[in-house]
Amino acid sequence: MSQNKSSGKTVNWSAILNKYAIHIVLIVLFVVGTLASDNFLTLKNITNILRQVSVQCVLAFGMTLLIIGGMIDLSMGAVAALSGFVACGVYVSTNQLIPALLAAIIVSMMCGLVNGVTVTYFKLPPFIATMGMDLVARGIVYIYSGGNPIYQIGSFNKLSTGYLFGIVPFPTVVMLLIFLITLVLLRKTKIGRQIYAVGGNEEAARASGISVEKTKIKTYLISSCFVAIAGCLLMARLNSAMPDAANGYHADAVAAAVIGGTAFSGGIGTASGTLIGGLIVGILGNILDLVGVQSYIQQVIRGSIIIAAVAWDISSKNRKVRVAHR
Amino acid sequence: MAEDNILEFRNILKVFPGVVALKDITFSIKRGCVHVIMGENGAGKSTLMKIISGAHEPDGGELLLDGKKVSFKTPQEARENHIAMIYQELQYVPMFSVQEFLMMGREPECRVKGFIDWKSLRAQAQKILDLGSLHYDLDKKLGELSVSDIQLLEITRAISFDARIIIMDEPTSALTQSEVDRLFENIRKLKAQGITILYISHKMDEIFKIGDYITVMRDGTYIDTRKTEEYTMESLIRQMVGREISDVYPKEQIEIGKTVFEVKHYSTWYTGVHDINFHVREREILGIAGLMGAGRTELVSALFGLDRGEGTVIMDGREIKVKNVRGALKHGLMMATEDRRRMGIVGCRSILENISLPNLSRISYFGFLDKRKEQKAVSEMFQKLKIKAPNMNVAVSTLSGGNQQKVVLSKWLLSKPRVLILDDPTRGIDVSAKYEIYRLMMEMAKSGISIIMISSELPELIGMCDRVYTMYEGRFTGEISRQEFTQERIMEHMTGGENNESK
Repeated sequence: MSQNKSSGKTVNWSAILNKYAIHIVLIVLFVVGTLASDNFLTLKNITNILRQVSVQCVLAFGMTLLIIGGMIDLSMGAVAALSGFVACGVYVSTNQLIPALLAAIIVSMMCGLVNGVTVTYFKLPPFIATMGMDLVARGIVYIYSGGNPIYQIGSFNKLSTGYLFGIVPFPTVVMLLIFLITLVLLRKTKIGRQIYAVGGNEEAARASGISVEKTKIKTYLISSCFVAIAGCLLMARLNSAMPDAANGYHADAVAAAVIGGTAFSGGIGTASGTLIGGLIVGILGNILDLVGVQSYIQQVIRGSIIIAAVAWDISSKNRKVRVAHR
Repeated sequence: MAEDNILEFRNILKVFPGVVALKDITFSIKRGCVHVIMGENGAGKSTLMKIISGAHEPDGGELLLDGKKVSFKTPQEARENHIAMIYQELQYVPMFSVQEFLMMGREPECRVKGFIDWKSLRAQAQKILDLGSLHYDLDKKLGELSVSDIQLLEITRAISFDARIIIMDEPTSALTQSEVDRLFENIRKLKAQGITILYISHKMDEIFKIGDYITVMRDGTYIDTRKTEEYTMESLIRQMVGREISDVYPKEQIEIGKTVFEVKHYSTWYTGVHDINFHVREREILGIAGLMGAGRTELVSALFGLDRGEGTVIMDGREIKVKNVRGALKHGLMMATEDRRRMGIVGCRSILENISLPNLSRISYFGFLDKRKEQKAVSEMFQKLKIKAPNMNVAVSTLSGGNQQKVVLSKWLLSKPRVLILDDPTRGIDVSAKYEIYRLMMEMAKSGISIIMISSELPELIGMCDRVYTMYEGRFTGEISRQEFTQERIMEHMTGGENNESK
């Protein structure tokens, strides 16, 4: 009781700072970008950013679900490439979009199922299971393609170049759709609650009658649908099916999720946090591009940010017991 | 006389957040004796031992070693002062060989720093074994040895560190009878070498066999120290359980109905519970009394589907098979687990989410939650159980133990149980919150729920239960009805006292 009173009278700045830290970072980045380059705050650049972050954000939403549930998926990049490549292959031979997308989703979900089953019933650590899947999926794309890209993918690239209302890039629309699905999933569905519970305390979830195994497999399956969609968007953007595409994309997905407040220990995270995290990663990359920072140096910076974000997460958890945001 | 005390406690105080664990502990321990510390679970024995071994620092009072004031900040410091602790649950790496285990933490190095000088390590390890006149293969892996072997090695290791006081925390909990005999023989040998043993146990037969002195503790306070000969089993039990049971328990006599739940010839697969038979009736509060490690938690975990077991389980006259927790819930069998933090709550999530967790199917349509229905159902429980929290959206980990337990009870009450198992429901909860839990139990019983309460605190079993089964070493050793309740009687059954006499 007394605690309530005291916090009601004095404004607790550090708590506010903690809660809105990523929002502040995003605004600061915007200001920095505007000051650093005249080209930053132009319609063309903003739509460009939105199109660029879409693929990573879609992956990041899947990664968010997994990390909240106490898992991870390091095979995202390779599976995205595999399913995207398959989609292009189907599209080229049938010239129909729906079968192409379905093929991508089926291939990706098969990978997701294998990930889920090895993690639950064979009790492999998700880190190891999905690392293996990364190699397997990448290997299959190379076998399937013979190592050769498909340069003629016809109008498949419309997935990336199209606009809604003539202004919002199509990938961004897809990304926002996936964002909404993730949001509803986490806030309003049974499976969302189960993911939070399994990630927060697996044993307690089990003792509450939740099937931990089913929940984990379902999470991998949902996430793998997102991965398939990201794969298709990526190939469309590249305007060709590249077997070596999306290399290391899981790292950006993890970065977006963690910067957005998803706790690596599981049980905590939100869709909106990850959206902001993804925007931060995307805008930062854009600014570095605009001011002409070498891509190798950018990689160093991105890696450092992931480390810093996790360190921040862990140290703030040590400072105080966290309150669940919903 | 006074200079013969190797260890002396003076007004030791230890406070944990919200609980006074030890209060005004003053007594001394004589050199070269086997000194037994006795008390119920939660009496403060282990905390006191941890203060001696450097795992805890006291918040007040003094600890005197050889008449000099000492205070150990780390187990390392205690070890340097020749105090060693053998823990109840032995910690070891199964892949280590005997020689590695014996020399762990003091491996001799080669001239190149960081590399182990295996030759001299082997020689030194052999010397340690010879010292204890033990015959083990130095290359044998610990995983291939029995618990008693490892315990023996651990004691030998402690002596090789020049320990003069060895603390043993319930060392026989995992040993067979012949292994216990072997341990006792070793303890006598140690005593002959002038080593002092602090022996924690609540097994009556052992204490009278091995102890020179007995100190009784209760509720974090010191009760008495006497020579073993001056105690009888009865007087010792009386001192241990002590307090009077008066208005602490809101027990009411209510009409008890027909048998609801019955278990016949039930055994667990892996956890050493054998041939259990019991039944519980409608509106009855049934107690299972047993010390920690008696198999009580193992029994109910298997019944609840967290573990595997076999036997006949009958609910409402029909046999049921419980393979997992969901199966148990389907038949109205629920359990508030002993380890709240590990299995009862998802600490980082809100009160609301925790309470609705086992009830998600009831409050959702086609996988989508009906939030209004959820809010209504949960807030009803929130108010009815008087959970103390600013609102239902705070993380459960921020609540006190009593309120966490209320969250656990709420989530099961919302599922409308037929039989509710409460495994040590008042552990780590302060007195006023305990009363509320008891009151809730009474209310639940009145509403028609059968309750199975597991506890090692006799007063609460006697205060709340209609009937009590006693359990000792994986078996039921007696059934006592409310009219026949006495603390001495229950204690005797649950410590195997009677078994021992009949032998």
